[in-house]
Order: sequence, then structure tokens, then C-alpha cells
Amino acid sequence: MMPRIDDYRAIVGDEIIDELYLLAEKLKGVSIQNINSTPFGGGVAEILSRMVPLMQQLGVNVWWDVIEAEDNFFFITKKIHNRLHGVDVPLSGKELDYFLEINHQNALKIKKWADVIFVHDPQPIALVKMKKKLRNRWIWRCHIDFSSPCRDIWIFLKKIIEKYDVSVFSAPIFSRNLSVRQVLIFPSIDPLSDKNKELEEDFIEKVLNHFGIDKEKPIITQISRFDYLKDPIGVIRAYRMVKKYIDCQLVLAGGGALDDPEGTKVLEEVKNEAASSKDIFVLHLPPNSHLEINALQRASTIILQKSLREGFGLTVAEALWKEKPVIASCVGGIPLQIAHKYSGILTYTIEGTAHWIRRLLHEPEYARRLARNGREHVKNNFLITRHLQNYLLLFLSLYNFEDLIYLD
Amino acid sequence: MEPFHFHTRLTQVELLGKTAKNIKELYEGIKKVPSSSIYYHTHHYLEQHRYFSPEHPNDFSYWITTSLGLKKLGEEIASVDIFRFSDIDQLRQEFLNVLGGYLKNTGLGERSCLPQEEFRFLSSRIFILPTPYKATNLIEFLNCLEKVTIHSLYFHIFEARLRLKKHDNDFSCWLRDLGHKELADRISKLDPYTYTLEGLRKKIINLVKNYL
Repeated sequence: MMPRIDDYRAIVGDEIIDELYLLAEKLKGVSIQNINSTPFGGGVAEILSRMVPLMQQLGVNVWWDVIEAEDNFFFITKKIHNRLHGVDVPLSGKELDYFLEINHQNALKIKKWADVIFVHDPQPIALVKMKKKLRNRWIWRCHIDFSSPCRDIWIFLKKIIEKYDVSVFSAPIFSRNLSVRQVLIFPSIDPLSDKNKELEEDFIEKVLNHFGIDKEKPIITQISRFDYLKDPIGVIRAYRMVKKYIDCQLVLAGGGALDDPEGTKVLEEVKNEAASSKDIFVLHLPPNSHLEINALQRASTIILQKSLREGFGLTVAEALWKEKPVIASCVGGIPLQIAHKYSGILTYTIEGTAHWIRRLLHEPEYARRLARNGREHVKNNFLITRHLQNYLLLFLSLYNFEDLIYLD
Repeated sequence: MEPFHFHTRLTQVELLGKTAKNIKELYEGIKKVPSSSIYYHTHHYLEQHRYFSPEHPNDFSYWITTSLGLKKLGEEIASVDIFRFSDIDQLRQEFLNVLGGYLKNTGLGERSCLPQEEFRFLSSRIFILPTPYKATNLIEFLNCLEKVTIHSLYFHIFEARLRLKKHDNDFSCWLRDLGHKELADRISKLDPYTYTLEGLRKKIINLVKNYL
């Protein structure tokens, strides 16, 4: 069952929830429409599936639409995604025309438009063409790493972004020189979701048994989509450097998103790389395997996030919330979640990752201290209630232009 | 006499899209950004560190020390006495004086940080909300002080004085109107920047208790 907004009082306190009701009250008469490209799989769909019902419970008139497209469109948007990450994959002008055409077709299909259109990520970005006709407010929310995009794709998207009223980025490093207002909003995790809620020990054990993982041997885990940018092969190499000295297991687990056709190819490569090791578990899980992922994280000794590029890297916050020591790459939004040697470990190389896995396995008390600090940091900064507050303020800021806004 | 109505405030952080990779660019940035940006970079740490004071009390000092490795200059910027200023533009000028001195004396103003470690100018927009707490006398005021969040305390002490340009904190203004001039003056003279917010709460509560 989906948690109710008042269920969060026990975690964050009454005052935070009361403030959310007050902010929602100020939005009376304003409708809000979220639009993205996939109903499940991936961080954006996941957070929307939690945020939209909670906002509705607060009394906000909000809904969520998903654009429709064939696989070909998602192959192109994957290329756009990679080029935004600075990866030089070929992308033709014809493909960009097709991208715009599918956006146009979707704009014609949408029957009901709101006062505020909240577009997530590049896939539906060109819907903003409708702004002139609808004369409403448009927000573009960028969930991905924008720090070093290929120039051509940036020029292409910049023209579109600047048609919006406001853009939203997940980390200061993604900020660009734009003519429109840029708001900083960290993403968040839901402490009451299947992915993060407390679990019974019996269930965790059942999941380990199901996959044949030995609970007596240290478990090193990386949870992520099968994507080159998550560097799963690098994780296997780091693990092998550790395995020479310490008998441990590696779990690489993740689901697939509808808009990520490249995943199958990466999964095959990872399986081939891991084939010779019985202690490496490559688990491709269905998109709704939240309880299993939660159990795998809770059973882990150390959790890794060895991404080469990252949007925000919410799996880091999830691991920290479960009070696990985390070793993660210093990319994207990860340094905002981990202060090195205080709430986790930040690394830059495969060798560095291997070194820290060994150290944390040998120093469990230090690992526990990192984990405790990490959970406290997530509690204060990365829970869904803070995210809801930021979104409500964002909508209010579309109608209030001063630096100081009194909501009496 | 109007009761004291405790308010709180929520922050929306904005990215200005402006960066600096060396002291020269930081100087130019500080000169041009809106006052809300100078305020943000010198105050946001106060609410993030509830129980302990961070080593670097403002973002400029942190960046100068960690990304440029300039420890002496970092310390000079960290030591700027914010409480001395009742206007953000005076505070801005003080930072410019320190950085300007460095540029003039060392000629090292163009030594740059690593790529992706640039200073990123941010700013903030403030939403002010009422809380259920109201006080009509000193006893009620004391009770409220014990219950309000650190964000409410922050709003009435820091925001009111510098950002709302009242030149004094809200508590002292109300207490003075209520006829408690001596207590008002004692609170006015506290340098809030040298306390954590929980430490500041305790200090003000003690001042009120002693006065009573």
C-alpha cells in the first residue's frame, strides 16, 4: 500500500508536514502536469510515482502524463543522453528532426493541459512549443549530468530550454549559462517505499537464498542499470583485486527501463566478464523488484557506485539510508551525498575502489561510523519530504517574483 | 502591544550560471552578483551545521582553501567579521578589499583550480511562513523560544538584521517596544555568527531567564 503523507510525521516530525500543507494551500486554484517518457524503471519514474500521489493528498491539483513513442525514438534519446554526458556517439540531423516530430505528435495527442507544465528530462523537452498557444508556465527539470555536454547537443537543447520559464538542476555543477532562471533541487529517496523501508531478516535471507548468495561471506554490491556509464566491468575488476586477498562475493543487480535499449548489450558483456567466477552474481531484475533490491542492499557488507558519469546517483542515498558503508566515484551528485572519510568514501579509479573495499572489510568499526554519519546526512537532506517542499516552493515561485516572499 | 508572532522561512536555491576558476574571476563575480548571492554564500552554512561550527564559515573561504590551496587568503576571508556589517553591500566591499589586496600584492590572481572545481555562484529566494507560536509576555516568549525550530530562530536573528535590513534582530526590537530595553540590548550585542544555532538558542534562553 502506498504511504500517506501523514505517515512521514514519525520520520521527519510534525512541523515539516504541517509546512507542506500550508504551502499546498497557497497553490489552491493552480493545476500542475508532470510529463516524462516512461511510467516505470529509472529514477525519474520512480520518484514521480511517489511524489504525485503525495502532492494530491496535500490537496494539490496535480497529475502525470507519459509521452508515447516507438523504440527508434528511445534509441535517439539514448544518444542525446550520452552526448549530454559528453560521450561522442554519432547523432544525425535527421535523427534530431525525428525527435522533434515525435514531440510534436505527442503535443497534439495531449488533451488536457495544466496551468503549470513540469517536463522531466530531454525526451519530452520540445513539447514547450505549445507554450505560446497555451500561455501557461513551463518548468524543465533536468535529472542528468550536464557538466560537460558535447557542444552540438548543448546548442540544440539550449534553444529549447530557454523557451521555458524556469529550469531545474540537481547539482550546482550542472548549472549552465542560460537566459532563464535556474533552480537547484536535489533529488530524494522515499524512506517508506518498498525500496527503502525496513525489512524482516527472514525476507532478506529468503532473497539471498533465492539467488544462491552466501550470507556468511562478505557481500560487495552495486545496484544500477546495466549501462556503460555505471562501469560494471570496472566494478568486476576492482572486485577481482580484492578477491585475491579476501574471500568475498560481488552482486551486480539492476532493473531495465523502457527507454534504455542499450542495457541488453551491456548486460551480455557483464555476464561474459563474470562467467568464470562463481562468486559474482549478475542479477537482471524486473523493474518492480524493489523489495529484492532493498534486501540485497541490506544484506551487503559494502555498497559501491562506481559510475563514470552520474546524474545524482540516488542509489548512494538509498544505501546510506540503510546505514551501509558506501564507496562511490566522485562524479555528478555523489560528492553532495558523501563527504569523503566522513559519510562514505569517494574514489577516482578501479585501484582506489579496490583499496578502500579491502580497508573497510578490515576495519568494520570505521565502516560502521561512516555508515551512521551517512544515514544522518540523508535524513537531513535527501528524503522525499524535503523534495516535496522544494517542488511546492518552485510552483509558488512562478507567481511570486520577489527575493522575499511572505506566505502569511 | 502586538504579540510577538514567530515566523519561519524556507529557502529556494538558485543557480546563477556564473563561475570563477581563479581569484581574479572570484573578485569580478563578487563585484557583480546580486546581494542575495553574497548573503547565501555567507549564511547557508549556519543552518546546515546545527550542533558544530564548520571550519570554513563561508563558501568563498572554503573554495579558496580547498580548490586553490591558498590557506592564508582562505583564513583571511574566513575571518571577515560579518556581524560588523548591517548592510550586505558593505560586506561585499570587505571581501573585495581582501581579494583586491591579494591581487595587487601577489600577481597570482590567475592561477586556476582544476576543471570542474570552479566556484559556482548561487543565490536564494526566501519564503516566510507563520508558525503557531505567539508570545505576549516574557514567560510566553521563553516557552516559544524553547519550542520553535532553528529555522525560526535563524529567521528572526540573521535574516531580519541583514537581509531584511532592520539593522537589529526581531527579538530585540519587540523586547525594546515592550519596555525591556536592557534585555533587548544584551541580545543585540550577541555575535550570533560565533555560535551554533542550538548554542545561540541556549544563550538567548539563559539571558531571558537571568533577566526574569
